[in-house]
Amino acid sequence: MAEKKSIEERVKEMIVEQLGVNPEQVTPKAKFIEDLGADSLDTVELVMAFEEEFNVEVPDEEAEKLQRVGDVVRYIEEHVEEES
Amino acid sequence: MTRRVVVTGFGAVTPNGNDTDALWESVRNGRSGIGRVTAFDTAGYDCLIAGEVRGIDLSQAFRNPKEARRADRYSQLAMTAAKEAVRRSGLLIENEDPSRVGVIVGSGIGGLKTLEDQHTVLLQKGPKRTSPLMIPMMITNIASGMIAIEFGCQGPNFCVVTACATASHCIGEAWRLIRDHEAEVILAGGSEAAVVPLGLSGFANMKALSLRNDEPQKASRPFDRDRDGFVLSEGAGIVVLEELEHAKKRNASILGEIIGYGLSADASHITSPDPNGSCAARAMISALKRAGKTPEEIDYINAHATSTQQGDLCEALAIQSVFGAHTKDVPVSATKSMTGHCLGAAGAVELILCLQALEAQLIPPTINLDNPDPACHLHHVPSQARESVLRVAMSNSFGFGGHNASLVVAKFQ
Repeated sequence: MAEKKSIEERVKEMIVEQLGVNPEQVTPKAKFIEDLGADSLDTVELVMAFEEEFNVEVPDEEAEKLQRVGDVVRYIEEHVEEES
Repeated sequence: MTRRVVVTGFGAVTPNGNDTDALWESVRNGRSGIGRVTAFDTAGYDCLIAGEVRGIDLSQAFRNPKEARRADRYSQLAMTAAKEAVRRSGLLIENEDPSRVGVIVGSGIGGLKTLEDQHTVLLQKGPKRTSPLMIPMMITNIASGMIAIEFGCQGPNFCVVTACATASHCIGEAWRLIRDHEAEVILAGGSEAAVVPLGLSGFANMKALSLRNDEPQKASRPFDRDRDGFVLSEGAGIVVLEELEHAKKRNASILGEIIGYGLSADASHITSPDPNGSCAARAMISALKRAGKTPEEIDYINAHATSTQQGDLCEALAIQSVFGAHTKDVPVSATKSMTGHCLGAAGAVELILCLQALEAQLIPPTINLDNPDPACHLHHVPSQARESVLRVAMSNSFGFGGHNASLVVAKFQ
């Protein structure tokens, strides 16, 4: 059976798909707006997609803090239930 | 002195081909672009046919995949047509004063697919899940905005929404703005992508569509006795309008001159045309007057004629009333017999066909005109394109809501 993808890999794939960026740009330190060219609509859309994909809820005040790719991965790892 | 407005580029993506060369090649040869709907499963639908744009990756018109993904299909079609139009014009917008370059590109309906998809999301997943891009993707003016962003056009920008007269009004208003010194160049036209479940069912339930499902290519038959409705098509058409001296200064090739534009309203019924066509006639008369042309000087009319019983008849009556005794001499064709009805893009696609006809000195035909309706007594060009001396052509567009627009275009001299 194929290895299940890690949260980090899945997050990265979603960012590549939605922002149309190269996978190598999506490093843990990359900032969505400054480094990956996201605008305010993209960030809302991405958070929604993460909520749906990982079945987590990200309150608006938390979403504002998720500025880097690594912030998102950490947030999801901390809040996701019954993964793996 | 009145500023003259010429066309220096055009682009189109239609069921008859994905650029204007392919469109002309198809239409001059009397080929239909209509077929069975492939975009979605039509089980349970009355109408199973449409004119679809096929065999093109519309995302290629965008700088990156993200921009393409954030555009509804109608905006993707518009961008594709705009790219062709600007390329053909040879205009380097980056070298222009951006405040003197405008965009007026409309749509009859806008992003219907986006609305449909997001309504499904709303019902299935609730209000917290609808996309933040839904509104910007579906609004009818966003194509005009996106094209301005792509090319950096900071001049006049809006869109007219007059159903099936949309593109003609957009082009006419652009013509007026350039004449009035508001801009030197305007990309004008229309786009439509309503071949989606809501569009097909909605028009079918109005009893507006042809149900000739077994013979898709014979379904659109304007002025034929056995016409039974229009064929829903998608597509986009955009022209580059430019002030004459501006075009000359950069040695642009001039494809024709817009010389007249007339508008009127039926004020009669929300969807049915004014029964005697007198208001549509007024748009034609007004366009002729603006052009300084008599009916005898019109060498070709590209009719709005969509293949509905009432619409074609009313237009024929209107043409008869405007052209009088000359009606028997002025060739009329309905290219929607081949393209189907591109709604908000139709007026631009048909103006482009008029320009191509002027260039080729060839009148594209009305196909499927097997038994001309005697009530639509006009000088038809059935089945095959006809060579003719063409100097001035008229293009008519009439939309639900009773909106009428006529454009008059001349070979440049």
